[in-house]
Amino acid sequence: MKKITFITTDNETVTLEGSSGSVMELAVANNIKGIEGNCGGVCSCATCHVHVAPEFMKQVGKPGEIENDMLEFDDNVNEYSRLCCQINVADAPDGLVLKVAGEE
Amino acid sequence: MQKTVLIIGASHGGVTCAFALRKEGWTGKIVLLDADPELPYHRPPLSKTYLTDPEDADRKLLQTAESYGIADIDLRLGETVASINRRAKDVTLKTGEKITYDKLVLAVGARPLLPPLPGLSAHNNVFPMRSAADASDIRKALKDSENKQVVIIGGGYIGLETAASLHKAGAKVTVLERESRLLARVTTEVMSDFFQKLHSENGVDILTEKNVTAIENGQIKCADGSIYLADLVVVGVGIRVNVELAQAAGLNIENGIKVNAAAQTNDPDIYAVGDCTFHHNVHYDRFLRLESVQNAVDQAKVAAASICEKERVYDAIPWFWSDQYDVKLQIVGLSEGHTEAIVRTEADKVNCFSVWYFSGEKLLAVDAVNNGKAFVLGTKFIKGGQRIDKAKLANADEPFKPANLLKVSDT
Repeated sequence: MKKITFITTDNETVTLEGSSGSVMELAVANNIKGIEGNCGGVCSCATCHVHVAPEFMKQVGKPGEIENDMLEFDDNVNEYSRLCCQINVADAPDGLVLKVAGEE
Repeated sequence: MQKTVLIIGASHGGVTCAFALRKEGWTGKIVLLDADPELPYHRPPLSKTYLTDPEDADRKLLQTAESYGIADIDLRLGETVASINRRAKDVTLKTGEKITYDKLVLAVGARPLLPPLPGLSAHNNVFPMRSAADASDIRKALKDSENKQVVIIGGGYIGLETAASLHKAGAKVTVLERESRLLARVTTEVMSDFFQKLHSENGVDILTEKNVTAIENGQIKCADGSIYLADLVVVGVGIRVNVELAQAAGLNIENGIKVNAAAQTNDPDIYAVGDCTFHHNVHYDRFLRLESVQNAVDQAKVAAASICEKERVYDAIPWFWSDQYDVKLQIVGLSEGHTEAIVRTEADKVNCFSVWYFSGEKLLAVDAVNNGKAFVLGTKFIKGGQRIDKAKLANADEPFKPANLLKVSDT
């Protein structure tokens, strides 16, 4: 089991536990505000945008090419941006902290 | 006494509405009904990854089974609604059971259109493609078939995605389209040509101007006398909106269940969301009906807010996507009524382009092929209403950056 903490745009902190699936699916299953995952996790909608806490960025890794295209012109993009449908819970570092980037 | 929101239909719209009601602070009962016995699932993957990768099936649930309990949503699957009584404010199920409501949400969607062709209903291996059961049936029929020969009737998104997926799953696929080009109802010639070529290159036969007239013993007969053989047939020729319940209850129906900006019907206690609605879009200033996840989800949230007495209006820009082979198509906006289409290619990339649809200076829509940047920028520009420098847009040597593509007076 991995512990993953979400900080919503209302500054609410929620820590969840999961072992499989994507981080987006974990967030949606627990009603994390601002994570929608409307496309079901195929990197088509950018409704699961998070900012990875800087200390975890190296372990989580940079966005892939398609993901990067979706993020580049997003109003809330920064160097820690990821679409969390593209992060597997199994591959995520334990204790990961993600800030919900919020809607435009 | 505790109030009840009753939601008919537990797909993208209904499920989103149920959970959004809790987010908006609804403390009463929520009853969510659907005739489909499966735990509510994402529909778009059915014609895409679900056909090729059955192991993935349970990962595409809209919400986990436990989530409904945690949110105190009474999910009742396998229940068909027979009628709505607006005066008594209750619905009657097929079983005869009555459920009373304070607010009712119709998320009843649509059903696949099956044309009245001789042999179509009798033919054992003819399938629509809308539900998880349809997709499972198709997968099983392909597995059991001798020659793996598939004919798909209809070259729209459903037909084309199914063609790409079944091809990947090992089928020999032929698509029969009635019109002179693919996707004729929903997109322009540039895109039709692109997809025609894409499928041909991948080994799927795409035949246009093929009007199927009958299906007999595994033979698909066309008006021009041609005959195609198939072990199984998938029909993707459009949908019919499920308006019957609303119609019988006396709600206003046009090209769907008519709703206002709060997703409310002409009965203030009844809302409707998703594919079944005929609603006004402020960006295009016309009434329309959309077959899309985006519309279902966004309207569901508006309905939930409205039920919780919060002012919210539906003002979304429609968007869609389609995955075929290694091509990702993302569409933002509605291109209907455009006077000009500009094709933007990207100098350094193969199979990566976008089509920008304008009415005069107004950007209406963007079709982005393997080009998420164009999708995101198009969304921004349609929302912002900025004027675009079309000459720069059309020039692949001009950098694809917002500041560079806008008319100078607007930046």
